[in-house]
Amino acid sequence: MGLSQPDLDTSPPVSDEVRKTTCYMCACRCGINVHLKDGKVAYIEGNRDHPVNKGVLCAKGSAGIMQHNAPARLRAPLRRVGPRGSGEFEEISWDEALQTAVDWLQPIRDTAPEKLAFFTGRDQSQSFTSFWAQNFGTPNYAAHGGFCSVNMATAGIYTMGGAFWEFGQPDWEHTKLFMLFGVAEDHDSNPIKMGLGRLKERGAKVIGVNPIRSGYNAIADDWVGITPGTDGLFILALVHELLRAGKIDLDYLARYTNAPVLVNLDPKSPEHGLFLRDEDGKPQVIDRATGKLAAFDKPRVRPDLAGKYRHAGVTHRPVMHLMAERYLDGKYSPEAVETRCGIPAARIRRIAAELAEVAFGDPIVLDREWTDFRGETHTQMIGRPVSFHAMRGVSAHSNGFQTCRALHMLQILLGSVETPGGFRFKPPYPRPVEAHPTPHSYTKPGSPLNGPHLGFPRGPEHLALREDGTPARIDKAFTWENPLSAHGLMHMVISNAHAGDPYKIETLFLYMANMAWNSSMNTRGVMEMLTDTDENGDYVIPRIICSDAYSSEMVAYADLILPDTTYLERHDCISLLDRPISEPDAAADAIRWPVVPPDRPGHAGVRGFQSVLCDLGARLKLPGFTKADGSQKYADYADYITHHQRKPGLGPLAGFRLGPKGLTDGKGDPNEAQLDSYIANGGFRQFHIAPEAAYFKPWNAAYQDWAVSMGFYDSPQPYLFQLYVEPLRKFQLAAEGKGDRQPPEHLRGRMKATMDPLPIWYPPLSDGHEDPVEFPIHALTQRPMAMYHSWGSQNAWLRQIHGRNPLYLPTYWMEKLKLRDGDWVRVISSHGSITVPCAHMAALNPNTVWTWNAIGKRKGAWALDKDAPEATRGFLLNHLIHELLPPKGDGLRWANSDPITGQAAWFDLRVRLEKSADPGESLPVFHAQGSPVPPAPGTLRWTVGS
Amino acid sequence: MTDLPETTDRKMGLVIDLDTCVGCHACVISCKGWNTENYGAPLSDQEPYGADPSGTFLNRVHSYEVQPETGPAQLVHFPKSCLHCEDAPCVTVCPTGASYKRTEDGIVLVNESDCIGCGLCAWACPYGAREMDAAEGVMKKCTLCVDRIYNDNLPEEDRVPACVRTCPSGARHFGDLGDPDSAVSQLVAERGGMDLMPEQGTKPVNKYLPPRPRDRWTDQSVLAPFLEPVAEEPRGFLAWLDRALETL
Repeated sequence: MGLSQPDLDTSPPVSDEVRKTTCYMCACRCGINVHLKDGKVAYIEGNRDHPVNKGVLCAKGSAGIMQHNAPARLRAPLRRVGPRGSGEFEEISWDEALQTAVDWLQPIRDTAPEKLAFFTGRDQSQSFTSFWAQNFGTPNYAAHGGFCSVNMATAGIYTMGGAFWEFGQPDWEHTKLFMLFGVAEDHDSNPIKMGLGRLKERGAKVIGVNPIRSGYNAIADDWVGITPGTDGLFILALVHELLRAGKIDLDYLARYTNAPVLVNLDPKSPEHGLFLRDEDGKPQVIDRATGKLAAFDKPRVRPDLAGKYRHAGVTHRPVMHLMAERYLDGKYSPEAVETRCGIPAARIRRIAAELAEVAFGDPIVLDREWTDFRGETHTQMIGRPVSFHAMRGVSAHSNGFQTCRALHMLQILLGSVETPGGFRFKPPYPRPVEAHPTPHSYTKPGSPLNGPHLGFPRGPEHLALREDGTPARIDKAFTWENPLSAHGLMHMVISNAHAGDPYKIETLFLYMANMAWNSSMNTRGVMEMLTDTDENGDYVIPRIICSDAYSSEMVAYADLILPDTTYLERHDCISLLDRPISEPDAAADAIRWPVVPPDRPGHAGVRGFQSVLCDLGARLKLPGFTKADGSQKYADYADYITHHQRKPGLGPLAGFRLGPKGLTDGKGDPNEAQLDSYIANGGFRQFHIAPEAAYFKPWNAAYQDWAVSMGFYDSPQPYLFQLYVEPLRKFQLAAEGKGDRQPPEHLRGRMKATMDPLPIWYPPLSDGHEDPVEFPIHALTQRPMAMYHSWGSQNAWLRQIHGRNPLYLPTYWMEKLKLRDGDWVRVISSHGSITVPCAHMAALNPNTVWTWNAIGKRKGAWALDKDAPEATRGFLLNHLIHELLPPKGDGLRWANSDPITGQAAWFDLRVRLEKSADPGESLPVFHAQGSPVPPAPGTLRWTVGS
Repeated sequence: MTDLPETTDRKMGLVIDLDTCVGCHACVISCKGWNTENYGAPLSDQEPYGADPSGTFLNRVHSYEVQPETGPAQLVHFPKSCLHCEDAPCVTVCPTGASYKRTEDGIVLVNESDCIGCGLCAWACPYGAREMDAAEGVMKKCTLCVDRIYNDNLPEEDRVPACVRTCPSGARHFGDLGDPDSAVSQLVAERGGMDLMPEQGTKPVNKYLPPRPRDRWTDQSVLAPFLEPVAEEPRGFLAWLDRALETL
């Protein structure tokens, strides 16, 4: 047949209209262009102008169309008619649903507001939902950070006024050596991939430190297959080597950190271990120019790292001395840690040498003048082009807080935070602890809470304890057990409520949280707690309200369901008051708006949860949601976004506000047309930072002034990085018996050991409860990049990529147990066992197994067929992890959490393996839950428009 | 059977960087989304919520473990789609002329109205790059987004294949591989770009950039001076500190 080429229209119309909004397929919050045909969603691509993703989009984002149209979408409010967990519901009207909620909640608010526990999961409106909870008056509010990465966030705030991800990122344009610790395939998703691409383009080096060589570690130039839970020890060995070689940035440490701040070293003093302060409370340093004491921020002071100060018989020495004493100790030498970390000493030394070489042998120098907070003008910006990133991998261990602290200490010793080539904060960060609230928990019937729920305790005086010393919060956040639990402990709510410890609750109210499945430890136990009844046959947790857009596992356990919209049908704001999407060179905020209207024909329909809270708040007469005449203050969430003011001039969105001369950014009056302006601007707004303010932000006068003009601070807040964290020392002092607020006896020893004001490493706490010989293998989970944090229904496209999750075993264990791919293994922990299919992976730490998290689904959930592989072969490791550690004979049950922040210690899990016969399905098997949505279609030939 | 053009004016294709691809599947889904809504029949899915879901994809990412002679195992992510071969056996095997290679740019396409769904082309392709759509009964394959790259309805910067536009790590490049001065040809020259299975004689237009060497921990000596100790214990360190501070 000869050549014949058909005529082809290479310029077909692409769509009728493009609407720009914000993705919600994970926590990354990229800008998206939603193409519409005939009013329907036709195609989704990245928004090129958007600061987060600059046009690119991940698999989740592009698959959003399947999420928006998922058969698992709820269609109407539901009332439970069968037993809890059965999934038997009847559809009711919105009026009936809201009245039911009011009937349950009003008596609680009027008599004992703490009997409402309101917890939100992957909520992106926490400044709003917390405002609602505060107005309700319950102390029991938090989002999912406590079981995600609170160690990272909290360690970062206490150490340097911000951590990774939303707080800051590597200087991708200048960095020359990038070290990535642990699982971090999201947080954030596209920016890290874009950053890695930039590094590869420039030939910069990437070192991956992770027991599993997948994802980003697969493209790392060098891979360090570390033993789980030992990252902190490895980092301290790097610190040991760098100190020993004097490869630390002394100028940076003296000027910008508390390395020169003097510490009281008198063991008898009530202030032992605290800073020497002047009458204004300012930490004192020795001025190297005069040899005399001076406040840390005195103009032109040259803080001395070397000298010591003796006064009234008390010796005070700079933090730098304490660090030298601790980290030069031989127990941190590479030889001392190599076995435990699973990294040869020579390699540890090699990495330390590479860090030193790049930081000090190859600095970045920008000819950019800037003035610091002490009034000194610098003609250049000199930076150390070494950067780091970490997230859940190092965070989700019981030693995670101190490990994150150690990592920040390493960054700071190298002088690579907020300097060119290093790590850069994203406004409104940096923000020191002093600029954050403290926790509030005082309740009074019929009244709002006395302040924000969550915050950063400066010492024992800020713990959330009642007058009798018992926990004020149902999750026991901010108690002696985990004093710095800045994100709450969502993973403890159901077990504590079930136990009535510290007290019983009436209503559990959950938003976007799958606590009956992959978001809980001890999943089977949690399911039992949710269905357990008392001696009268009543549920121990009397009432459960859930809001979700999809038929999740948790929905089956709710008594009342308030169905949420999909992310393309709703208003949202990605607010600077909340968890922002800024870049190092610009603050930014963004919106979601209904690019298509909610459409559930034949049913009562769905409503955006935040709009429902506006309605519910007015019905409950919450002051923040009611006008003076008693009517509803905010018609819906869009109305709230436009008109709410946290302080005069400060609202959820900083762009397009009204100033004296017209439109303004930052502070200003509400603007009726604000959302329209955001829509016209592509769904977001950026607020740029001048080049002279772009680095050295915590100390840069130009940055500080800009931050005040934006409303981030009331006044400039220059501060020092806290290598030594005084609030930790205050808790240690209490544990030593000093001060009037004292911990219970059984916690003193652990507090003294773990709340060290300088970073330390200790073995994961479960190692003291479980025999490492009996359970020799570490078991981890990761979420695949194409699904990470995408909590919605199983997506028709994505499940074809990641529909199965075998347990991956390293070569040693495959051979030892004589296993082949597809064989079954029994995985046994001190808490339970599961039987699951296995597969071989060679690029693994030799004593680590892992699987993809949350692929496994319960039969009947998510509109999947009952024989879907997610329900028959998929599984959760959660069944092996208990929220409490096993008994060790001291009569106590210790939480399986970080003792400082309460972070769920998912990755401390140890197991042993046995070969198993094929059980037919992964064990344990759960009976199918009923589905409140109709069966899914058997074929998709998706196309819209003509 | 169907003839191939002697030459094509340009050789449009992809350059895929295996050193940079993190295996995120963004390209897979972006392709699925665009091509479900555009060129020819939608890419269907069978049992999309069932026991054995399957569907038509024009681009898939495979992951392979590689065990070098020394050092730890490595993982390579390998995206694969039609390579728009110069000697495309899928075209010459086509009994109806539905499969063809465009003379102007070398893109290999299927004219769906002439496709009888016989599947010969998929058998002939050594790369497994063609997929029969189970619902439509026609052969689907990468079009190099022929309905994007010349599309006057798109902004000029968007006139690239959907997979290239979306790739977060910038591992996918698009251009004229017939022009030695093009950015993609230069990249191939710099990085030692390779043909996939050249022994098949298909002369693929798409090229792969190999992963750079990994895990080179060997030589310690170059870096040793950076760890020359200034002190072995705290007292000596503080003395060094005092001296060092004087020089600041």
